[in-house]
Amino acid sequence: MSEPLLVLENIGKRYRLTRRAAATTISDAAQEGLANIKHRWSTRGMSDSDREFWALRNVSFELQRGDVLGVIGPNGAGKSTLLKVLARITEPSEGYAFIQGRVGSLLEVGTGFHPELSGRDNVYLNGALLGMRRREIASRFDEIVEFSGIGRFIDVPVKRYSSGMHVRLAFAVAAHLEPEILLIDEVLAVGDQAFQKRCLGRMSEIAHGGRTILYVSHNLASVAALCTQACLLEQGTVVQHGSVESALSRYYETFGKRERTSLSSRTDRQGDGRIRFTHVDVASSDGTVKVGDSVEVRLHYEAETEFSNVMVGVGINGILGDPLALCSTRITGQDLERVPRRGVFVCAIPHLPLVPDRYSLNVYVQINGVTADWVQDAHSLDVAESDIFGSGELPPKTHARFVLEHSWSVANEELVGTDVSVA
Amino acid sequence: MLGAAWTLLQPLALMLLFTYAFSRVGSVKTGSVPYPLFALAGVAFWTFFARAVTGGSESLVQNAALLTKVYCPRILIPISTIMAALADLTLSLVLLIGVAAVYDYYPTWRLVLLPAAVLLGVLLIAGVTFLFSAINVRFRDIGQALPFLVLSWLFLSPVAYPVQNRVFELNPLAGVIDAFRWCVLGTPVTASSLLLAGSITVGLLVVGTGYFVRAERTFADIA
Repeated sequence: MSEPLLVLENIGKRYRLTRRAAATTISDAAQEGLANIKHRWSTRGMSDSDREFWALRNVSFELQRGDVLGVIGPNGAGKSTLLKVLARITEPSEGYAFIQGRVGSLLEVGTGFHPELSGRDNVYLNGALLGMRRREIASRFDEIVEFSGIGRFIDVPVKRYSSGMHVRLAFAVAAHLEPEILLIDEVLAVGDQAFQKRCLGRMSEIAHGGRTILYVSHNLASVAALCTQACLLEQGTVVQHGSVESALSRYYETFGKRERTSLSSRTDRQGDGRIRFTHVDVASSDGTVKVGDSVEVRLHYEAETEFSNVMVGVGINGILGDPLALCSTRITGQDLERVPRRGVFVCAIPHLPLVPDRYSLNVYVQINGVTADWVQDAHSLDVAESDIFGSGELPPKTHARFVLEHSWSVANEELVGTDVSVA
Repeated sequence: MLGAAWTLLQPLALMLLFTYAFSRVGSVKTGSVPYPLFALAGVAFWTFFARAVTGGSESLVQNAALLTKVYCPRILIPISTIMAALADLTLSLVLLIGVAAVYDYYPTWRLVLLPAAVLLGVLLIAGVTFLFSAINVRFRDIGQALPFLVLSWLFLSPVAYPVQNRVFELNPLAGVIDAFRWCVLGTPVTASSLLLAGSITVGLLVVGTGYFVRAERTFADIA
């Protein structure tokens, strides 16, 4: 085993919680000093742990050359703080990190660009900060501009760039200046589909080139596609580190918890709210949903008044957010003509063809083409095994997403007819 | 190209201003050296000092985007500002030597010691700048106080008039400017003021660097 490129031992980062925002002027600081003494006195029963916040605690791992680590976790889990510590931007409060080689970073949408300098100057500035010689940067300059698609705007000050241009150039710089370790935080938040695809392509190129990548993202499908291992952070500590699959399935236990907070109280939804989903359940004949069962997806809702011309849909996604199937009244030509104020939209699926696994349902409803409610991950659906072929076998979920009803036979080639072999 | 012109315009304008103002107020004793020349030497160095200290102290705040996104030894940021101001000083020095020639003052062997005088100045500026730039990240009102501080420093330094008494010598910049002027024009400089400037500079450099290195750890958290 080669020497690790990056070693973290018990890294912790503590922030102090002051009563207000920290003083930013000297006169405030003086006043605050007094106030803090009073505050300390009034909270003298409180332990120090009430006044501080550990953004990271006891984080330890090692990465070898060529490892691609996906860092996942809910908001506020400490993912970005971890990258900041590794990028040497902020110092850990405890613990020890050993990093060998140049570190390139792309943190929180945008890299260390100076707004007044042109794109060109910023490319050189960033290269210099990575410890590269002018000649080295110049040899990659055209490639960077090409990748970013900035084109003739390269000599315009970066402050006049759109956020998309900014992040495109930032990614191009980080990805082409060949650091040994690349830290990437949520690049895919900005930029169009085509660019996101190119980013992921470039990142897997870099990984195959034997460099080490730490990749933070909420886009779990991209983590699954890109990473060789993943680590799940929760409240600043690593709760799972290992295969991408193990980390993701652990993440979905957290995800499951969130889903239990009732649908009607969820605020992360879109639409004008004229109709709102209150509850989703999936019913089958015996209570558990199994492969091949005929099931009903029931969307309970409340509406402001009666509506007509209503379209309802359910999207079925894999746990990585990859779309698998879509059922809607538009597709079946059954847009609803009269929708009462309270009720249930029922979508009947005669033979559920999904392999045993966990799935996530997105639900949406439109009135006259205007979205009234749209909730992602509104419900999670566990599909259990069932011996539908009578063989005791089902396609494994590593090789299939769907179970198609099918049968096999064999026949002598001459008897099948020539049209098959011609085709 | 106007960039270089601006660099020279400011000391020239200040020299003319001082010459006009002090010819009204009454005579300033500058020994054998003509007053405009005396003032230009002072102003040339002063401009360097003011630019470096003001720019350097703001440098970390101005480059906050850099501080929070990429790593580099942070102390390079104020240093680079000082270096840029130093390049300006080289230009004004050429101007100063040119104007001196007009007054029949030509460089002597003393000019060899000029780098030493400038180095002392750079170290003094570095001490002040490290301290202020680091404080400025935490307490933004330093930025408000700075122009006033720099202006006060101008009047307490032998820029437009020579050092008048011992109390003035407590200002480390006095020794530095006198040394600078001695190298170019041969005006007197006292050993005591040089010694004082040297020791205060060392003290400021130690304090400034020490504070900077300590504060550096939290720059990204509070910038």
